[in-house]
Amino acid sequence: MFFSRQSAFRSARPHRKFTVQILPFLLLLLILPAGSADEKRIAIYGATTNYTLPVIDRDGHENVGLLEIIEPLGRVNSRTDGQHWKIRYNNVEADFTNGKTRAKIHGKDFELSSPFLLEGGRGLVPIPSLSGILPRIIDTPVSLNETSRRLFIGNVATHFTAQLNRTNPERLVMNFTAPVNPTIATEPGRLRMVFHREPLVAPSSPTLTFEDKTIPSATYSENNGTAEIDVTSSAPLMASFSNEGHTITITAASQTPAAPAGALQPPSPTPPATPTAGATAPPTPPPVPRHFFAVLDASHGGDDTGVVLTPVLLERDVTLALTRRLRQELESRGISTLLLRDTDGGLTLDQRAVFTNTAHPVIYIALHAASDGRGVRVYTALLPFGGENNGPFIAWDTAQERFLSVSQLAAQGVAAELQKRQIQVRTLAAPLRPLNNVTAAAIAVEVAPPTSDVKDLSLAAYQQNVVSALANGIVSVRDRLGVAR
Amino acid sequence: MIPRHLIFAGVVMLIAVFSLGIYAGRMRGRVTHVETRTDARPVAPPAAGPTESVTLYVAYDDPGILRVQRADVALPSARQQRAEEVLRALLEIYLAKNSPHPLAPGSDLRAVYLVTPGIVVIDVNAAFANGHRSGILEEELTVASMIQTLTANIPDILQVKILVEGRDRETLAGHADLSDFYDAGAVSQLASQLQ
Repeated sequence: MFFSRQSAFRSARPHRKFTVQILPFLLLLLILPAGSADEKRIAIYGATTNYTLPVIDRDGHENVGLLEIIEPLGRVNSRTDGQHWKIRYNNVEADFTNGKTRAKIHGKDFELSSPFLLEGGRGLVPIPSLSGILPRIIDTPVSLNETSRRLFIGNVATHFTAQLNRTNPERLVMNFTAPVNPTIATEPGRLRMVFHREPLVAPSSPTLTFEDKTIPSATYSENNGTAEIDVTSSAPLMASFSNEGHTITITAASQTPAAPAGALQPPSPTPPATPTAGATAPPTPPPVPRHFFAVLDASHGGDDTGVVLTPVLLERDVTLALTRRLRQELESRGISTLLLRDTDGGLTLDQRAVFTNTAHPVIYIALHAASDGRGVRVYTALLPFGGENNGPFIAWDTAQERFLSVSQLAAQGVAAELQKRQIQVRTLAAPLRPLNNVTAAAIAVEVAPPTSDVKDLSLAAYQQNVVSALANGIVSVRDRLGVAR
Repeated sequence: MIPRHLIFAGVVMLIAVFSLGIYAGRMRGRVTHVETRTDARPVAPPAAGPTESVTLYVAYDDPGILRVQRADVALPSARQQRAEEVLRALLEIYLAKNSPHPLAPGSDLRAVYLVTPGIVVIDVNAAFANGHRSGILEEELTVASMIQTLTANIPDILQVKILVEGRDRETLAGHADLSDFYDAGAVSQLASQLQ
């Protein structure tokens, strides 16, 4: 935020006073997280909120403030009467006595695992007794994991599944029953995901084995109010989120041998044969990492608006929406994607081709939108009059030439899926850059409205139907894209 | 103290700079005026003489196809002028009322050049490109119909380049690539797809 010089001068005093008042809080904020790393905490997962509270150790027993646990759940009040501490939640009253294990909840006696403590007006109850106290007060079943100090109020658990896709590179796809946002850390040989706020629960077996050399296993554990999944690997790992936080895809950044001059790299279903003694090993090109299966390109952007579909609907915005939807659809099917444009900014056609070729994807998909016609048109490159390749150097304008057959294969796969959904579709060649510059399978998809009303192009249901068919089409030819060069 | 000859030289240079500035400003104004007049020129009249039957590949926006049409056009004997007249006949259809593939008013062909054996350069005016509707299929239909019409009537064309106002342009209206030479054979295959 910018201020004029005059206003800054006039407000100098209040600012100073404000700074003096706010400084201790800022320091406290800085100190608290540093101190909380090793602090014992208990995590409480409710239907509407998740939170953690500090654990107070007394005489070898772990305690927690009962009022702090119940307060976020509803209307509650407490009062101290001598050695007695009373708490009321809705119509239920509980009476605890300082130093005693016997309490009275809703008129009935209840035995605590260790004495109740009254400290400075705070009522502290032993953690092991929470599974008995809380259902009586809040009238909701709870589940307590004492060792990891995780308390689940009601049926709030988040479950997950993990499936290894033996693509190249391998992908471990983890699907969660609710959105998650763990802290992710990578270190040699493993990737750690720590779930601080998510009520994640253990799978049937805490150790998941995948019988794979690159990603052999994943281990679930719980500790100090958090859940953690450790994925072991023999290669560097990357994690990406999709499906609105429901899916985490962990990809091994494999070192696959590069085909000459940026040629398509097919997935290798079998490991390369070990050279035998005496045999002449072929020269091995330098390895090129491939992280993404598909590069998605929302055409136009920035000053290049593309087609002005309506006065308020521009092609550049429709393509961005379509591309984001397509990314979700592909990643939910275990296909890693790279978006060339995820903002309103623009890229030149050459930049789009360079970024794509540098990423070494299996397929490049450009999204376009049109006001004329109906349905979807799928294009492959119409190559210009041939430039000549010079040894390992490929002519820029006809770089697509070697990949045209796989591009046509992809276009046919996509068209077939669109037809299955009764979406009108045509496959054509087009003089459309940067298709001819891409050294991978490359298609452009032009989406026209489903009806005579061009505004229908922005209908979420229509867009979703189209991109879902596109994703199915890509999946249907995925294996052949890698080998049918 | 600055020597007298340096002061004199400085003054002369300043006068030269100002004079060149004024001259450049006037020249720019004259060029703008000439260009404006060029844009306002009417479409050139067709050539006079005996008519011949030619094949036109006419674009139809609905349903997005090319249709083969025969037309009788007065054609001169020179190859280059014949090429121009064939394309003008096509543009006439696009600029007519109830056009199946409307082009912007004022769209015109500036010239067609047969550069070397097999290479043709089509030069259209700015109104043609600036007023063209944007969209892959719309632009592709225009390009394919022009090139295919040309190759159907002028033999031995291998490559076609499209310029706008005599200059290179990246795309026609945001999609169809104009930066490269079109392969006449590839366009012929595309025309088959579009029929």
